[in-house]
Amino acid sequence: MYKILEARSVGFKIKQFVIQAPRIARKQQAGQFIILRLHDRGERIPLTIKSSDPEAGTVTIAAQAIGKTTSLLNCLEAGDYIKDIVGPLGHPSEIKKFGTVAIIAGSVGTAMALPTANALRKAGNHVIFIEGARNTEMVVFEDEVRAASNETYIMTDDGSYGEKGLVTKKLNDLVAEGRKIDFVLAVGPVPMMRAVAQVTTPLGIKTMVSLNSIMVDGTGMCGGCRVLIGKNAMFACVDGPEFDASLVNFELLMQRNAMYRDKEAESLKLFEENKEKELAQIRAQFPKQEAQRA
Amino acid sequence: MPNKNTLPNKERMKIARTRMPELAPDVRNKSFEEVNLGLCAEAAKTESTRCIACSRPGCVQKCPVGVKIREVVDLVYAGDFLGAAAKLREDNSLPAITGRVCPQENQCEGGCLLGKKGESVAIGNLERFVADYERLSGQLGLPVNAPSTGKSVAIVGSGPAGLSAAGDLIQKGHRVRVFEALHEIGGVLLYGIPEFRLPKEIVRGEVENLRKMGVEFETNVVVGKSVTIDELMRDEHYDAVFVATGAGLPIFLGVPGEHLNGVYSSNEFLTRVNLMRAYKFPEYDEPVYDCRDKDVIVVGGGNTAMDAVRTAKRLGAKTATLVYRRSAQEMPARAEEVKHAREEGVQFRMLTNPLEFLGDEKGWLTGARCISMELGEPDASGRRSPVAIPGSEHVLPANMAIIGVGTTANPLIQSTTPDLATTPRRYIQADPESLRTSKRGVFAGGDIVTGSATVILAMGAGRKAAASIHEYLTTGEWETKAATKA
Repeated sequence: MYKILEARSVGFKIKQFVIQAPRIARKQQAGQFIILRLHDRGERIPLTIKSSDPEAGTVTIAAQAIGKTTSLLNCLEAGDYIKDIVGPLGHPSEIKKFGTVAIIAGSVGTAMALPTANALRKAGNHVIFIEGARNTEMVVFEDEVRAASNETYIMTDDGSYGEKGLVTKKLNDLVAEGRKIDFVLAVGPVPMMRAVAQVTTPLGIKTMVSLNSIMVDGTGMCGGCRVLIGKNAMFACVDGPEFDASLVNFELLMQRNAMYRDKEAESLKLFEENKEKELAQIRAQFPKQEAQRA
Repeated sequence: MPNKNTLPNKERMKIARTRMPELAPDVRNKSFEEVNLGLCAEAAKTESTRCIACSRPGCVQKCPVGVKIREVVDLVYAGDFLGAAAKLREDNSLPAITGRVCPQENQCEGGCLLGKKGESVAIGNLERFVADYERLSGQLGLPVNAPSTGKSVAIVGSGPAGLSAAGDLIQKGHRVRVFEALHEIGGVLLYGIPEFRLPKEIVRGEVENLRKMGVEFETNVVVGKSVTIDELMRDEHYDAVFVATGAGLPIFLGVPGEHLNGVYSSNEFLTRVNLMRAYKFPEYDEPVYDCRDKDVIVVGGGNTAMDAVRTAKRLGAKTATLVYRRSAQEMPARAEEVKHAREEGVQFRMLTNPLEFLGDEKGWLTGARCISMELGEPDASGRRSPVAIPGSEHVLPANMAIIGVGTTANPLIQSTTPDLATTPRRYIQADPESLRTSKRGVFAGGDIVTGSATVILAMGAGRKAAASIHEYLTTGEWETKAATKA
């Protein structure tokens, strides 16, 4: 059991958790992820690591409530527990001096992009951070984004905050202004990452995307997360999660990510009808509060 | 020994082999309940009567872990079932498991003299009976550990190799901690072998026994990611490490259409169903493709393929078909599994090889374009190699396809342990006798050294490693027995 030390809502259906997980905290590097399972009957899902504190033995993760597991996770509070967390998984981001880098993140994807942005800035890059969100309520971690970047642009679909438009509009604007961009990292919904690749590939800008395919074990054992990179089948969990955007078959990724859509909807509906019961059930499995320590 | 079997051999050989009671095929192919129901005490005693007590028992010679089978059978005959269990445990720390999953026909029973003319003694069934009897009696004959040596051993992987090494090392007085990447202990015994062949309660019971003996377990640790071998030795002060991470990455066929929705590796399909209990969705959260009233094909001829196809049948598949490129004779699967599968309504399509998977416009699998094969000259494996018959292409309808043709080495540990030598196929190089690797204090065994094999061979490697580790911890000598360079 992994104790939640802090839980805080940071945007519409988006929550940030600080969790006691010393092994992961000691080893985590920018770009890596975890897999968690909330309870005995739970599924295993991959989630981003936003930061870690090796001294305190904690990791910070962020999740948007979309399916059942993320919805249940977002009902948890400080003092609650997560049954299983494993990580850090995947290869870390490549950190070196590229020159000018653009970090492009969609909403909760910002959590995944932040550690890489920080590391790239520390490596001497000029960091441009473009955060995109549907609306003002989905804009998350703005202060940290600003602290991690030399230039920050917030884009919203409806213009309710920052500038109106997609992240690729800003990217195109920057290119049109003649800005030289040496490296791009895009993290977010697949259509967003595909759109970024469509801008940068013809320009020959090296671009990495962090892929969120469906995973089970996260160690390369099942192959469920396979993606097509050029002509090669690769496993996002152990070969990624970052891949060269110009080689990614995004259509296939979307097709495979839709594989359990009906089941996911069924599971979420059941959860919403029994939310309190389900929460009580998993809380009954938590270790008893450390009364003797008081 | 009391109650010695005095029946003349001639009479013993007249007794027919006891049949294992089974759930009826049309009941079990809709259920995940265990197929074999186990022998009763009377049947076990009758079966033990059949043993003709060879002076040089072939059964013992052919057992990869050298279980003293003849003595076990004698104890069963004498009615001392707990004694028989204790005798088993001297060489095999997981008897309830091996009694269920060993390919006995190639091992102990294959060495039984009775089998030359008629049917061998049902050693596997006796082993299972004895282990189950002991468990249900609650009177566990757990061995006593030697006094603490002050040394500690990290075992990476909690499958059969890791568990059997843990059982032996704890008895020698070493501190033992087993690291597992998944959230539950058992490795392939949990995620790979289905409930109907090996109930998870049995695995949990054996793990609980090891815990009682003092073995520590830590789940959710991916060695190579969460911690490296070097860190285990330097920062966590383990004197030796045994790498028993098992078979790794699934092999796909590399044919067009393999990314269609509905195409799975057997590892993924079985992990979803066994470990994650997807067959109980939505009570359990993890989903799997709903193959009720659908056509399912499974590609391969080994135990994993057999497990997958029988699982698909149980999930309600309209047709569950095993597609294998060689003939039934070459199938590496256990004979009993093949028999059970046939009884359950699994269809066998031998000498058939998929060339391409076909799908609809939304990316869902609709069929497999296959070609018929014939057997040619023997290949490297000694089996006659399959050769495609020109012009025999045909389409098999399929909504789900499961690829169970084997695995390759998972590189996680090798790539994070620079001084660990690997084979050209990237398995870990270990001396076949001592299981020592190129790195001082590090041993490796099981599928990560040999490539995919069986539970009992992995257990044999675990025992060998334990003996070798004990020797190293006692003498402190390494150089003389370092891994031979291939």
